[in-house]
Amino acid sequence: MYLADSRGTKAAVVPDSGPVRRSAAVPGTVLALGAVSLITDVSSEMVTAVLPLYVVTALGLSPLGFGLLDGINNGVGALVRLAGGHLADRGGRRHKVVAGVGYGLSALCKPLLLLAHTLPLISAVLAADRTGKGLRTAPRDAMISLATEPEHRGRAFGVHRAMDTTGALLGPLVAFAVLRATVDGYDAVFAVSGCVAALGVLVLVLFVPRHIAPADVVRLPEPEAPRPALRDSLGLLRRPELRRLTLCATLLGLTTVSDSFLYLLLQREGNLPAHLFPLLPLGTAAVFLLLAVPLGALADRVNRRRLFLAGHVVLLLGYGLVLSPWHGVPAVIAVLVLHGTFYAATDGVLAAATAGAVPARHQGAGQALVGTGQALARFACSLAFGAAWSLWGGRTALAVTAAALAVSALVATYLLRTTDEVLPA
Amino acid sequence: MTRRSRLLILLLAVVLLGAVGTGAVLHAAHRSGMRDEQQADGPKVRAGTVSLRVSGRQLLFRNLAWGPHRDEIATVPAGDPQGPRTASGVKCLRFHAAAGTAICLQAVHGALEDTYRAVVLDSHLHELHHFPAAGIPTRARVSPSGHLVAWTVFVSGDSYAGTDFSTRTAIVDTRTWTIDDNLETFHITKDGHPYHAADTNIWGVTFADDTRFYATLATAGHTYLVRGDVKARTLTTLHANVECPSLSPDGTRIAYKKRVKGASPDAPWRLYVLNLRTMKETATAEHRNIDDQALWSDNSTLVYALPGDYGSDLWTVPANGTGTARRLTPSAVAPAYLG
Repeated sequence: MYLADSRGTKAAVVPDSGPVRRSAAVPGTVLALGAVSLITDVSSEMVTAVLPLYVVTALGLSPLGFGLLDGINNGVGALVRLAGGHLADRGGRRHKVVAGVGYGLSALCKPLLLLAHTLPLISAVLAADRTGKGLRTAPRDAMISLATEPEHRGRAFGVHRAMDTTGALLGPLVAFAVLRATVDGYDAVFAVSGCVAALGVLVLVLFVPRHIAPADVVRLPEPEAPRPALRDSLGLLRRPELRRLTLCATLLGLTTVSDSFLYLLLQREGNLPAHLFPLLPLGTAAVFLLLAVPLGALADRVNRRRLFLAGHVVLLLGYGLVLSPWHGVPAVIAVLVLHGTFYAATDGVLAAATAGAVPARHQGAGQALVGTGQALARFACSLAFGAAWSLWGGRTALAVTAAALAVSALVATYLLRTTDEVLPA
Repeated sequence: MTRRSRLLILLLAVVLLGAVGTGAVLHAAHRSGMRDEQQADGPKVRAGTVSLRVSGRQLLFRNLAWGPHRDEIATVPAGDPQGPRTASGVKCLRFHAAAGTAICLQAVHGALEDTYRAVVLDSHLHELHHFPAAGIPTRARVSPSGHLVAWTVFVSGDSYAGTDFSTRTAIVDTRTWTIDDNLETFHITKDGHPYHAADTNIWGVTFADDTRFYATLATAGHTYLVRGDVKARTLTTLHANVECPSLSPDGTRIAYKKRVKGASPDAPWRLYVLNLRTMKETATAEHRNIDDQALWSDNSTLVYALPGDYGSDLWTVPANGTGTARRLTPSAVAPAYLG
């Protein structure tokens, strides 16, 4: 229903857009931030790709239970993201500084891996790395919002997410090239990863302006309001628009099965040969990469919230396909296409929708609130889904989640119904 | 700062960081090159013919001694484990053999990344059949008859989460080449009740015969010794806190890794033996942390790997809790006794 809706609106607006407008839609700051994310993701995915090999073959450790800390990390990560968003808004927009600290912290963690030879130490370094990621996410999205005219934010976030995903796909290739050249030189992988991360921080420092004038107010003297206090940041939830958006993102997050569970189900339900399992995340990422920009641009023409909802309907279709009797490689590919489309239609689009619901001086906290709500909800969903799997088995757990997602989507449709975005004329 | 000077700084940084990165790569490449040089004080290794149909008792393992035969399956007389080694030319990450059949878990160096495969070898270590493996090899076993082979690999499912590890264990019948490539699909009975969960992991198969086997089942933060049945496709829990079981040749005891209280979280396991009739646990005289699936060299002696100067060394200790641990041979891993 939403898909048809979006398509209809798109057709009506298409004549408006031309190549000239397209190039103007993505400001230099967004490209710079995209480059920073791309470079940083190359660095971090290099480490992620070789870490299992390093732990098992180089250190000779059994990594089972290594993921146990993930729960704690997720909770801490969510709080850090809130703090990052709030701090970035304080003191007349310190987005760049806070983001820089976040990127810097993660960059410092790479050489530290050279010194960590035990699982507790490696876990600690990874936790610090994730803290850096939590810290930088909200200020970065705030800067993208501020640098872009409101009617182009969907495309801007799409471009950023596409660059980010490109880095994530390149990282493992670089890592294995280094590993090949050095014959198991894991320290060389960590060293190169550290150098790449340092380059990312430098690009941020050099090419992202410290003060980003909000593109929509065109230097209308925003009254030098007092620094947003913590109270003000949390008080953002008193804004009905942001409250509804946070509520919907949280509600839908509660019914979004984590990637690893989905892949596990795909493999077990579809009798997928075990050796193809590592390719599943690549499939999702590739589709996300391809569709992030077009769907972001679409979000600028149709209602962003509606596209966000439509993305979840696509996810629902994906769940349906996993539960359907259609198995085999084509079915798996279809699920991955739907899964990647879901990310492309929701990830950057939600950030763009959030940007429209908060004033410029609260962009950081606004992005953090919505993002944190979604992340915590997804984490809660993981815990519940694992428990449901134990009780009823994976299939039933997914069927129940799919039903819950359908209900959430209906409620979200109702909640977001009244708040059509007001695009500046 | 002008755009020009910013670009100049960036260029300078790229050159500088590029030099550091290149230096690290060259250093690591040089170091790995050294591993192809024979150690002066290391074990003697020479190329030769290795057969699983041996006259006299032989110890086979993956040779870790530096030199041209590093990582090859090598053999020594069981009575002279520190003596000269005969290297087969076959490289394996993990290895086991029994009754003329061997299982060898190998890395395949692809253009983009490494993949893994499980290769079943005949008594001349020639390939009979191979299967793709889903992740990083960790355990391998052949049944006493040589008919069944099993292996376990580590997979990290989601490249974005990265730290979430699980295992995949497969069993192959070499008479029909049928494969059960994920033991998690077996019917699990835990404490007398049917059990299913998303987080089940199974690893470390040890065979009793061509139907029954033992393995580790992990779920909800606990590990269990399970008895498995290949034909009925069932797993039944027997005992808690057991990892990497290894069945004694007489089938009465299981040597295993036990997570002990008060040990550091980084080194939590000690080598124990479980009597399957009385379910009584006995600690061995090896007091260090062990992370290996032990091997019975006879009905009273265990062999296992511990970290060593060149990766790992093989050690041995009596199975009944007496005596002391003693180094069997340096620079070796993944042992198997034949003959």
